[in-house]
Amino acid sequence: MGEGRSFAFYWLAAFFAAFVLFLYGPMIVIFVLSFQGPSGGLTFPLNGLSLHWFQKLWEGGGIVDIHDAFLRSLELGLVVMVLTVLLSLSAGLAFRKRFKGSNLLFFVAVASLIVPSIVTSLGIALEFRLLDDFLKNHASSWIADNVKTTMGLFTSGLGAHLTWTLPFGLLVMFAIFNRFDSRYEEAARDLGATPWQTLRYVILPIILPSVIGVGLFGFTLSWDEIARSSQAMGEHNTLPMELQALTTTVTTPEIYALGTSTTGVSFGVIALALIAIMAIRARQARHGSDAGEA
Amino acid sequence: MTAAADARPMSAPAVGTAAAKSAIERTGVPGWLQAMPFGLVFLFFFVIPLILVVIVSFWDYNDYEMIARFTTRSYTETFEGCLTQLPDLCTILRTYVSTVKFCFIVWVTTLLIGFAVAYFLAFHIRSATTQMVLFLVCTIPFWTSNVIRMISWIPLLGRNGLVNDALMKGHIVNQPVEWLLYSPFSVSLAFTHLFTFFMVVPIFNSMMRIDKRLIEAAYDSGASAWQTLWSLIVPLSKPGIVIGSIFVVTIVMGDFITFDVMGGEQIASAGKVVETRLNALQFPPAAANAVILLAITLLIIVALNRIVDVRKEL
Repeated sequence: MGEGRSFAFYWLAAFFAAFVLFLYGPMIVIFVLSFQGPSGGLTFPLNGLSLHWFQKLWEGGGIVDIHDAFLRSLELGLVVMVLTVLLSLSAGLAFRKRFKGSNLLFFVAVASLIVPSIVTSLGIALEFRLLDDFLKNHASSWIADNVKTTMGLFTSGLGAHLTWTLPFGLLVMFAIFNRFDSRYEEAARDLGATPWQTLRYVILPIILPSVIGVGLFGFTLSWDEIARSSQAMGEHNTLPMELQALTTTVTTPEIYALGTSTTGVSFGVIALALIAIMAIRARQARHGSDAGEA
Repeated sequence: MTAAADARPMSAPAVGTAAAKSAIERTGVPGWLQAMPFGLVFLFFFVIPLILVVIVSFWDYNDYEMIARFTTRSYTETFEGCLTQLPDLCTILRTYVSTVKFCFIVWVTTLLIGFAVAYFLAFHIRSATTQMVLFLVCTIPFWTSNVIRMISWIPLLGRNGLVNDALMKGHIVNQPVEWLLYSPFSVSLAFTHLFTFFMVVPIFNSMMRIDKRLIEAAYDSGASAWQTLWSLIVPLSKPGIVIGSIFVVTIVMGDFITFDVMGGEQIASAGKVVETRLNALQFPPAAANAVILLAITLLIIVALNRIVDVRKEL
């Protein structure tokens, strides 16, 4: 910690570099192998470079309907993202005030992260199965005849994903509001702003970059989720579930092409979020904050 | 981004005057209403489902459906032979012993790696920007699919993979090494690869809160680097260590995907027992196993909690 770099620094720097290699190395390998030539296999050497396996993947036919699974995951991810932002923001604002049951709610949200996902998933599956049974036996015949199952992507599946993304969203909100200087709010109130105006024109512009971060969390956590989805999706699988199923059956680089494609989406979303955050920061640096501009 | 350890839910924000705080409290929509949508999601998709798991674990079942009639059948069947086979362990106990063993191995590796990485970032990187960039570098893989990160080991560890290639070419071994993939080794490796993130973030967060003047004081008083590390930094990082440990241990306890993909479907785990029963559509036994899994996970958390009062540290 003193002057100059200590011996320990170089050891730790080397260790850190090794750790980063450990994190990224394998992913780079499958990225490279997904461009394997048509006659290439699951391991090195590369037999030429081609987009063969990507083409094969997106043509479909060979394996399951990746197209539909891709779209399902994308739709679900976007809905989860929007709901995660709205619900965590609202709850984050609530936790700044005192309200009855806030301790309990916080405890439940954290418990949701800690209870094994398979248990939550099983519980949701049971809930919807019992609901189905109930509808079959007790609802009017019109419902009983037309509703085969209440389980689905945007019922049980959406709920399952939210129990995973919302606790993270809330924790990030706590971090945001811990750093938030509430004197801005006080100033807004003194100048006669209504609570809604304070939120819309003071609080939101200031915390916007972090809120984008919450959205990013919501989308990527949903996009890659398997364990909670496993019992709760109903009839159709999401993309990562298909991918997991494929690991045992597919023996061609097609699976790497799928891996590269979904990682591409994740990285694309991260890049978009970072660009948006930087753009907002730059704008705030140039103009001062948007706060107060109606 | 700084996740769990930054949470400070029960106290109002640190900055601002008492007047400002009360202004927040008095105005606008009441807090309980703002928190309601959030709360309802957890009521319907977490609390009620968990209650149903406990209830259904005491139900009867036959080949095609569950029957709403009280019985402890699912539990007695799960533990069948556990007493008569002693001192040999029955299947369920063997599974749990094996899962806890994995928990321990993964806990040790993620803790050592996570601590070293967090320590390097927190105390050896001087510029805040570099610190943030390197921290992001560590967290970005977390945003990508776990299954992909698992299968990315196949071209490295497989029979014809890069590692075996290198070993053969270097004449270190004559036959490809078989235990690299689809083995306890690859399962532990994948866990470490996937979840060291959960150690780095809270430990880094704890370390960033340590007052740097304390370290200078220790240095000035003649403490060696090891003494500073062991009697100052480790104790003050304890909240982060415990939060990270809870995450890692509960993930490994409940996991079934990593065991499946990296274990080549050969290695039993507590989470997989539940999944196997579910695939056979035997809901009451699946629920009973889920209750047992949950109970043991909670026991481990309580034990970890005794080391440090997590709620006080949040």
